[in-house]
Amino acid sequence: MLSRSFHLEIRTPEKLIYEGDVTSVQAPGVEGNFQILAGHIPFLTALDVGEIRIRESSDASQLMATTGGVFEVLRTGVTALVETAEWASEIDVSRAEEARDRAQEQLTANAPDLNRPRAEAALARAQNRIKVASNL
Amino acid sequence: MATLREIRRRIASIKNIEQVTDAMRVVAAARLRRAQENILATRPYADKLNTILGHLISQANTEEEALVHPLLEIRELKHVCIVSVSADRGLCGSFNSNVTRTTTQRIEYYQDSGADVTLICIGRRGHEHFVRRGYDITDSYVNIFRQLEFQTAVDVVHEFEHLYTDKKIDKVEVIYNNFKSAILQTVLVEQLLPLEPEMPEGDELFLDYIYEPGQVELFEMLLGKHLNMQMWKVLLDSNAAEQAARMAAMENATQKAKELIDELILQRNRARQTQITTEISEIVSGAAALEG
Repeated sequence: MLSRSFHLEIRTPEKLIYEGDVTSVQAPGVEGNFQILAGHIPFLTALDVGEIRIRESSDASQLMATTGGVFEVLRTGVTALVETAEWASEIDVSRAEEARDRAQEQLTANAPDLNRPRAEAALARAQNRIKVASNL
Repeated sequence: MATLREIRRRIASIKNIEQVTDAMRVVAAARLRRAQENILATRPYADKLNTILGHLISQANTEEEALVHPLLEIRELKHVCIVSVSADRGLCGSFNSNVTRTTTQRIEYYQDSGADVTLICIGRRGHEHFVRRGYDITDSYVNIFRQLEFQTAVDVVHEFEHLYTDKKIDKVEVIYNNFKSAILQTVLVEQLLPLEPEMPEGDELFLDYIYEPGQVELFEMLLGKHLNMQMWKVLLDSNAAEQAARMAAMENATQKAKELIDELILQRNRARQTQITTEISEIVSGAAALEG
Protein backbone atom coordinates (compact mmCIF):
# COMPACT_ATOMS: atom_id res chain seq x y z
CA MET A 1 0.00 0.00 0.00
CA LEU A 2 1.26 3.42 -0.85
CA SER A 3 1.52 5.45 2.31
CA ARG A 4 0.01 8.90 2.16
CA SER A 5 2.01 11.92 3.17
CA PHE A 6 1.16 15.14 5.00
CA HIS A 7 2.79 18.50 5.60
CA LEU A 8 5.08 18.90 8.61
CA GLU A 9 6.71 21.98 10.03
CA ILE A 10 9.18 22.00 12.91
CA ARG A 11 10.11 25.40 14.30
CA THR A 12 12.16 26.78 17.14
CA PRO A 13 11.95 30.41 18.25
CA GLU A 14 15.20 30.99 16.38
CA LYS A 15 14.59 29.26 13.08
CA LEU A 16 12.77 26.81 10.88
CA ILE A 17 14.24 23.35 11.39
CA TYR A 18 12.20 21.29 8.98
CA GLU A 19 9.45 21.81 6.48
CA GLY A 20 8.21 19.23 4.04
CA ASP A 21 5.92 16.34 3.28
CA VAL A 22 6.32 13.26 5.42
CA THR A 23 4.54 9.96 5.79
CA SER A 24 4.94 9.72 9.54
CA VAL A 25 6.29 11.56 12.54
CA GLN A 26 7.07 10.21 15.99
CA ALA A 27 7.32 12.62 18.92
CA PRO A 28 7.80 12.51 22.70
CA GLY A 29 4.45 13.56 24.20
CA VAL A 30 4.35 14.35 27.92
CA GLU A 31 2.17 11.27 28.35
CA GLY A 32 4.28 9.01 26.20
CA ASN A 33 5.67 8.77 22.70
CA PHE A 34 3.19 8.82 19.86
CA GLN A 35 3.21 8.55 16.11
CA ILE A 36 1.16 10.55 13.66
CA LEU A 37 0.19 9.30 10.22
CA ALA A 38 -1.73 11.08 7.49
CA GLY A 39 -5.40 11.67 8.26
CA HIS A 40 -5.03 11.96 12.02
CA ILE A 41 -7.78 13.92 13.76
CA PRO A 42 -6.95 17.36 15.25
CA PHE A 43 -4.78 16.92 18.26
CA LEU A 44 -2.89 19.23 20.58
CA THR A 45 -0.28 18.10 23.02
CA ALA A 46 2.78 19.15 24.96
CA LEU A 47 6.14 17.62 24.14
CA ASP A 48 8.72 16.45 26.61
CA VAL A 49 12.48 16.12 26.28
CA GLY A 50 13.10 13.35 23.78
CA GLU A 51 13.52 12.50 20.14
CA ILE A 52 11.50 13.32 17.05
CA ARG A 53 11.69 10.86 14.19
CA ILE A 54 10.34 11.75 10.80
CA ARG A 55 9.91 9.55 7.74
CA GLU A 56 9.67 11.03 4.30
CA SER A 57 9.29 7.57 2.83
CA SER A 58 8.94 4.16 4.42
CA ASP A 59 12.61 3.19 4.21
CA ALA A 60 14.44 6.31 5.41
CA SER A 61 14.04 8.18 8.66
CA GLN A 62 15.62 11.24 10.20
CA LEU A 63 16.13 11.80 13.88
CA MET A 64 16.45 14.89 16.04
CA ALA A 65 16.73 15.73 19.72
CA THR A 66 14.27 18.18 21.23
CA THR A 67 13.83 19.75 24.66
CA GLY A 68 10.07 20.03 24.59
CA GLY A 69 7.36 22.24 23.13
CA VAL A 70 3.89 22.06 21.63
CA PHE A 71 2.63 19.77 18.94
CA GLU A 72 -0.46 20.56 16.90
CA VAL A 73 -2.20 18.36 14.38
CA LEU A 74 -4.74 20.01 12.10
CA ARG A 75 -6.41 18.70 8.98
CA THR A 76 -4.17 21.01 6.99
CA GLY A 77 -0.92 19.76 8.47
CA VAL A 78 1.22 19.26 11.52
CA THR A 79 3.23 21.89 13.36
CA ALA A 80 5.72 21.33 16.14
CA LEU A 81 6.83 24.40 18.06
CA VAL A 82 9.81 23.30 20.09
CA GLU A 83 12.24 25.12 22.34
CA THR A 84 15.23 23.53 20.67
CA ALA A 85 15.74 20.90 18.01
CA GLU A 86 18.98 19.43 16.72
CA TRP A 87 19.50 16.87 14.01
CA ALA A 88 21.21 13.77 15.37
CA SER A 89 24.12 14.32 12.98
CA GLU A 90 24.67 17.86 14.25
CA ILE A 91 24.87 17.11 17.94
CA ASP A 92 28.18 17.95 19.58
CA VAL A 93 28.59 14.84 21.71
CA SER A 94 31.59 16.03 23.70
CA ARG A 95 29.74 19.19 24.69
CA ALA A 96 26.70 17.16 25.70
CA GLU A 97 28.91 14.89 27.78
CA GLU A 98 30.45 17.88 29.49
CA ALA A 99 26.98 19.24 30.27
CA ARG A 100 25.93 15.85 31.63
CA ASP A 101 28.98 15.56 33.87
CA ARG A 102 28.53 19.10 35.12
CA ALA A 103 24.87 18.48 35.98
CA GLN A 104 25.70 15.19 37.69
CA GLU A 105 28.45 16.84 39.70
CA GLN A 106 26.07 19.55 40.85
CA LEU A 107 23.45 17.00 41.84
CA THR A 108 25.88 14.83 43.82
CA ALA A 109 27.55 17.84 45.49
CA ASN A 110 24.06 19.02 46.51
CA ALA A 111 25.08 22.53 47.52
CA PRO A 112 22.49 24.44 49.58
CA ASP A 113 21.88 26.95 46.78
CA LEU A 114 21.40 24.21 44.18
CA ASN A 115 18.45 24.71 41.89
CA ARG A 116 17.53 21.03 41.81
CA PRO A 117 14.76 21.07 39.17
CA ARG A 118 16.97 23.07 36.85
CA ALA A 119 19.97 20.78 37.30
CA GLU A 120 17.79 17.71 36.76
CA ALA A 121 16.33 19.23 33.61
CA ALA A 122 19.82 20.00 32.33
CA LEU A 123 20.87 16.42 33.03
CA ALA A 124 17.84 15.04 31.17
CA ARG A 125 18.55 17.30 28.19
CA ALA A 126 22.20 16.27 28.01
CA GLN A 127 21.41 12.56 28.33
CA ASN A 128 18.79 12.85 25.62
CA ARG A 129 21.24 14.50 23.24
CA ILE A 130 23.84 11.80 23.84
CA LYS A 131 21.25 9.11 23.30
CA VAL A 132 19.94 10.63 20.08
CA ALA A 133 23.43 11.15 18.71
CA SER A 134 24.33 7.51 19.32
CA ASN A 135 21.09 6.33 17.69
CA LEU A 136 21.88 7.96 14.40
CA MET B 1 47.20 80.77 16.54
CA ALA B 2 48.14 77.08 16.42
CA THR B 3 51.44 76.27 14.80
CA LEU B 4 51.64 74.38 11.55
CA ARG B 5 52.92 71.26 13.26
CA GLU B 6 50.10 71.24 15.80
CA ILE B 7 47.50 71.52 13.08
CA ARG B 8 49.08 68.67 11.13
CA ARG B 9 49.03 66.51 14.22
CA ARG B 10 45.35 67.23 14.82
CA ILE B 11 44.45 66.39 11.23
CA ALA B 12 46.24 63.05 11.53
CA SER B 13 44.51 62.14 14.79
CA ILE B 14 41.06 63.10 13.52
CA LYS B 15 41.65 60.99 10.43
CA ASN B 16 42.32 58.05 12.72
CA ILE B 17 39.12 58.71 14.64
CA GLU B 18 37.21 58.93 11.38
CA GLN B 19 38.51 55.53 10.35
CA VAL B 20 37.46 54.01 13.66
CA THR B 21 33.95 55.48 13.61
CA ASP B 22 33.47 54.47 10.01
CA ALA B 23 34.54 50.91 10.78
CA MET B 24 32.11 50.82 13.70
CA ARG B 25 29.36 52.02 11.41
CA VAL B 26 30.03 49.18 8.98
CA VAL B 27 30.07 46.61 11.78
CA ALA B 28 26.82 47.98 13.20
CA ALA B 29 25.22 47.84 9.76
CA ALA B 30 26.15 44.16 9.38
CA ARG B 31 24.91 43.35 12.88
CA LEU B 32 21.70 45.24 12.20
CA ARG B 33 21.02 43.13 9.15
CA ARG B 34 21.50 39.98 11.18
CA ALA B 35 19.31 41.30 13.98
CA GLN B 36 16.54 42.06 11.51
CA GLU B 37 16.77 38.56 10.07
CA ASN B 38 16.43 37.17 13.59
CA ILE B 39 13.27 39.18 14.16
CA LEU B 40 11.78 37.86 10.93
CA ALA B 41 12.76 34.28 11.76
CA THR B 42 10.84 34.48 15.02
CA ARG B 43 7.60 35.74 13.57
CA PRO B 44 6.07 32.48 12.22
CA TYR B 45 6.69 30.72 15.54
CA ALA B 46 5.14 33.56 17.52
CA ASP B 47 2.13 33.79 15.19
CA LYS B 48 1.51 30.08 15.37
CA LEU B 49 1.78 30.08 19.14
CA ASN B 50 -0.73 32.92 19.35
CA THR B 51 -3.13 31.05 17.08
CA ILE B 52 -2.97 27.93 19.22
CA LEU B 53 -3.40 29.97 22.39
CA GLY B 54 -6.34 31.77 20.78
CA HIS B 55 -7.98 28.44 19.91
CA LEU B 56 -7.64 27.31 23.49
CA ILE B 57 -9.04 30.53 24.91
CA SER B 58 -12.02 30.63 22.57
CA GLN B 59 -12.65 26.97 23.29
CA ALA B 60 -12.57 27.57 27.02
CA ASN B 61 -14.85 30.57 26.75
CA THR B 62 -17.52 28.69 24.84
CA GLU B 63 -17.51 26.12 27.58
CA GLU B 64 -18.31 29.00 29.94
CA GLU B 65 -15.70 28.24 32.49
CA ALA B 66 -13.61 31.31 32.97
CA LEU B 67 -9.90 30.74 32.65
CA VAL B 68 -8.19 31.00 35.98
CA HIS B 69 -4.45 31.07 36.12
CA PRO B 70 -1.94 32.57 38.55
CA LEU B 71 -0.38 34.58 35.73
CA LEU B 72 -3.73 36.19 34.88
CA GLU B 73 -4.50 37.22 38.43
CA ILE B 74 -4.85 40.97 38.92
CA ARG B 75 -3.84 42.14 42.37
CA GLU B 76 -3.55 45.42 44.22
CA LEU B 77 -0.28 47.10 43.27
CA LYS B 78 2.16 46.96 46.13
CA HIS B 79 5.31 45.66 44.51
CA VAL B 80 6.24 46.30 40.93
CA CYS B 81 9.06 44.73 38.97
CA ILE B 82 10.52 46.62 36.03
CA VAL B 83 12.64 44.86 33.44
CA SER B 84 14.88 47.54 31.99
CA VAL B 85 16.54 46.58 28.72
CA SER B 86 19.60 48.62 27.75
CA ALA B 87 22.71 47.76 25.74
CA ASP B 88 25.99 46.23 26.83
CA ARG B 89 27.99 48.93 25.12
CA GLY B 90 27.87 52.65 24.62
CA LEU B 91 28.58 54.80 21.57
CA CYS B 92 25.04 54.45 20.33
CA GLY B 93 23.59 57.92 20.75
CA SER B 94 20.81 58.35 23.29
CA PHE B 95 19.87 54.67 23.18
CA ASN B 96 20.89 53.86 26.75
CA SER B 97 20.01 57.20 28.32
CA ASN B 98 16.49 57.00 26.85
CA VAL B 99 15.92 53.68 28.58
CA THR B 100 17.39 54.70 31.91
CA ARG B 101 15.45 57.98 31.88
CA THR B 102 12.12 56.31 31.13
CA THR B 103 12.86 53.65 33.74
CA THR B 104 13.58 56.30 36.37
CA GLN B 105 10.32 58.08 35.49
CA ARG B 106 8.31 54.86 35.85
CA ILE B 107 9.98 54.09 39.18
CA GLU B 108 9.07 57.54 40.48
CA TYR B 109 5.54 57.16 39.17
CA TYR B 110 5.02 53.89 41.04
CA GLN B 111 6.69 55.18 44.19
CA ASP B 112 4.37 58.21 44.17
CA SER B 113 1.38 55.88 44.00
CA GLY B 114 2.67 53.97 47.01
CA ALA B 115 4.19 50.86 45.45
CA ASP B 116 7.79 49.81 45.79
CA VAL B 117 9.80 48.93 42.73
CA THR B 118 12.48 46.38 42.05
CA LEU B 119 14.54 46.16 38.90
CA ILE B 120 15.79 43.47 36.58
CA CYS B 121 18.51 45.00 34.44
CA ILE B 122 19.35 43.59 31.06
CA GLY B 123 22.43 45.08 29.47
CA ARG B 124 25.59 46.27 31.20
CA ARG B 125 24.92 49.98 30.66
CA GLY B 126 21.61 50.02 32.49
CA HIS B 127 22.97 47.73 35.17
CA GLU B 128 25.91 50.06 35.92
CA HIS B 129 23.68 53.13 35.86
CA PHE B 130 21.26 51.75 38.44
CA VAL B 131 23.89 50.11 40.63
CA ARG B 132 25.74 53.43 40.92
CA ARG B 133 22.56 55.14 42.05
CA GLY B 134 21.72 52.47 44.60
CA TYR B 135 18.44 51.19 43.18
CA ASP B 136 16.92 47.93 44.34
CA ILE B 137 18.03 45.37 41.76
CA THR B 138 16.73 41.82 41.87
CA ASP B 139 18.91 40.49 39.11
CA SER B 140 21.03 41.60 36.18
CA TYR B 141 21.92 40.05 32.88
CA VAL B 142 25.01 41.62 31.34
CA ASN B 143 27.02 40.93 28.21
CA ILE B 144 24.28 38.88 26.61
CA PHE B 145 23.78 40.75 23.35
CA ARG B 146 26.96 39.69 21.60
CA GLN B 147 25.66 36.13 21.40
CA LEU B 148 21.93 36.43 21.94
CA GLU B 149 20.31 33.17 22.96
CA PHE B 150 16.70 32.20 23.47
CA GLN B 151 17.73 30.68 26.79
CA THR B 152 18.42 34.16 28.19
CA ALA B 153 14.80 35.15 27.58
CA VAL B 154 13.70 31.92 29.29
CA ASP B 155 15.93 32.65 32.29
CA VAL B 156 14.62 36.20 32.68
CA VAL B 157 11.00 35.04 32.47
CA HIS B 158 11.69 32.24 34.93
CA GLU B 159 13.03 34.82 37.37
CA PHE B 160 10.02 37.13 37.45
CA GLU B 161 7.36 34.49 36.86
CA HIS B 162 8.51 32.84 40.04
CA LEU B 163 8.31 36.12 42.01
CA TYR B 164 4.87 36.77 40.57
CA THR B 165 3.32 33.43 41.44
CA ASP B 166 4.84 33.71 44.95
CA LYS B 167 3.00 37.06 45.19
CA LYS B 168 6.23 38.93 45.90
CA ILE B 169 5.45 41.23 42.99
CA ASP B 170 2.08 42.26 41.58
CA LYS B 171 3.04 43.59 38.18
CA VAL B 172 5.87 43.20 35.71
CA GLU B 173 6.70 45.81 33.13
CA VAL B 174 9.38 45.86 30.50
CA ILE B 175 11.03 49.02 29.18
CA TYR B 176 13.00 48.75 25.96
CA ASN B 177 13.86 50.39 22.67
CA ASN B 178 11.43 49.29 20.03
CA PHE B 179 12.86 48.80 16.58
CA LYS B 180 10.54 50.69 14.26
CA SER B 181 12.99 51.11 11.40
CA ALA B 182 16.68 51.70 10.82
CA ILE B 183 16.17 55.40 11.50
CA LEU B 184 13.47 55.31 14.15
CA GLN B 185 13.62 53.68 17.56
CA THR B 186 11.21 54.53 20.35
CA VAL B 187 11.22 53.58 24.00
CA LEU B 188 8.23 51.43 24.85
CA VAL B 189 6.75 50.42 28.19
CA GLU B 190 4.85 47.14 28.04
CA GLN B 191 3.08 45.14 30.66
CA LEU B 192 4.23 41.51 30.88
CA LEU B 193 2.31 40.38 33.94
CA PRO B 194 -0.53 39.97 34.70
CA LEU B 195 -1.05 38.62 31.23
CA GLU B 196 -3.86 40.04 29.18
CA PRO B 197 -4.64 37.34 26.64
CA GLU B 198 -5.94 38.63 23.36
CA MET B 199 -9.16 37.26 22.04
CA PRO B 200 -8.73 35.55 18.72
CA GLU B 201 -10.34 37.27 15.80
CA GLY B 202 -12.87 35.24 13.88
CA ASP B 203 -12.87 31.51 13.95
CA GLU B 204 -10.84 30.52 10.94
CA LEU B 205 -10.19 26.86 10.68
CA PHE B 206 -10.99 26.06 14.22
CA LEU B 207 -11.68 22.47 15.04
CA ASP B 208 -12.16 20.85 18.36
CA TYR B 209 -8.96 19.15 19.38
CA ILE B 210 -8.13 16.15 21.40
CA TYR B 211 -6.04 17.43 24.25
CA GLU B 212 -3.22 15.66 25.92
CA PRO B 213 -2.75 16.29 28.83
CA GLY B 214 -5.86 18.27 29.85
CA GLN B 215 -6.85 21.64 28.50
CA VAL B 216 -5.88 23.47 31.67
CA GLU B 217 -2.37 22.00 31.79
CA LEU B 218 -1.83 22.84 28.15
CA PHE B 219 -3.10 26.34 28.69
CA GLU B 220 -0.64 26.86 31.54
CA MET B 221 2.22 25.58 29.48
CA LEU B 222 1.30 27.74 26.51
CA LEU B 223 1.05 30.86 28.66
CA GLY B 224 4.57 30.21 29.86
CA LYS B 225 5.78 29.80 26.30
CA HIS B 226 3.91 32.90 25.24
CA LEU B 227 5.72 34.86 27.94
CA ASN B 228 9.11 33.48 26.87
CA MET B 229 8.32 34.49 23.34
CA GLN B 230 7.36 38.01 24.34
CA MET B 231 10.60 38.41 26.26
CA TRP B 232 12.57 37.00 23.34
CA LYS B 233 10.93 39.50 21.00
CA VAL B 234 11.86 42.32 23.34
CA LEU B 235 15.50 41.21 23.39
CA LEU B 236 15.66 40.90 19.61
CA ASP B 237 13.98 44.24 19.11
CA SER B 238 16.26 45.98 21.54
CA ASN B 239 19.28 44.42 19.87
CA ALA B 240 18.21 45.58 16.42
CA ALA B 241 17.40 49.05 17.77
CA GLU B 242 20.82 49.22 19.42
CA GLN B 243 22.62 48.44 16.19
CA ALA B 244 20.49 50.94 14.29
CA ALA B 245 21.18 53.62 16.89
CA ARG B 246 24.90 52.88 16.81
CA MET B 247 24.93 52.99 13.04
CA ALA B 248 23.30 56.44 13.05
CA ALA B 249 25.58 57.71 15.81
CA MET B 250 28.72 56.52 14.00
CA GLU B 251 27.49 57.95 10.72
CA ASN B 252 27.13 61.34 12.44
CA ALA B 253 30.53 61.05 14.03
CA THR B 254 32.18 60.21 10.71
CA GLN B 255 30.43 63.14 9.09
CA LYS B 256 31.56 65.50 11.85
CA ALA B 257 35.12 64.23 11.54
CA LYS B 258 35.11 64.93 7.82
CA GLU B 259 33.87 68.49 8.38
CA LEU B 260 36.49 69.05 11.03
CA ILE B 261 39.25 67.80 8.75
CA ASP B 262 38.13 70.12 5.95
CA GLU B 263 38.23 73.05 8.33
CA LEU B 264 41.64 72.08 9.66
CA ILE B 265 43.04 71.69 6.17
CA LEU B 266 42.00 75.29 5.45
CA GLN B 267 43.71 76.40 8.63
CA ARG B 268 46.80 74.41 7.78
CA ASN B 269 47.05 75.94 4.31
CA ARG B 270 46.62 79.40 5.75
CA ALA B 271 49.31 78.75 8.33
CA ARG B 272 51.66 77.37 5.71
CA GLN B 273 51.02 80.37 3.48
CA THR B 274 51.75 82.73 6.36
CA GLN B 275 54.97 80.90 7.08
CA ILE B 276 56.09 81.07 3.45
CA THR B 277 55.21 84.74 3.23
CA THR B 278 57.19 85.44 6.37
CA GLU B 279 60.20 83.52 5.04
CA ILE B 280 60.15 85.33 1.68
CA SER B 281 59.86 88.72 3.28
CA GLU B 282 62.79 87.83 5.56
CA ILE B 283 64.91 86.78 2.57
CA VAL B 284 63.91 89.86 0.60
CA SER B 285 64.65 92.20 3.47
CA GLY B 286 67.93 90.35 4.13
CA ALA B 287 68.97 90.76 0.49
CA ALA B 288 67.95 94.44 0.56
CA ALA B 289 70.09 94.97 3.63
CA LEU B 290 73.14 93.40 1.90
CA GLU B 291 72.72 95.59 -1.19
CA GLY B 292 72.35 98.68 0.90
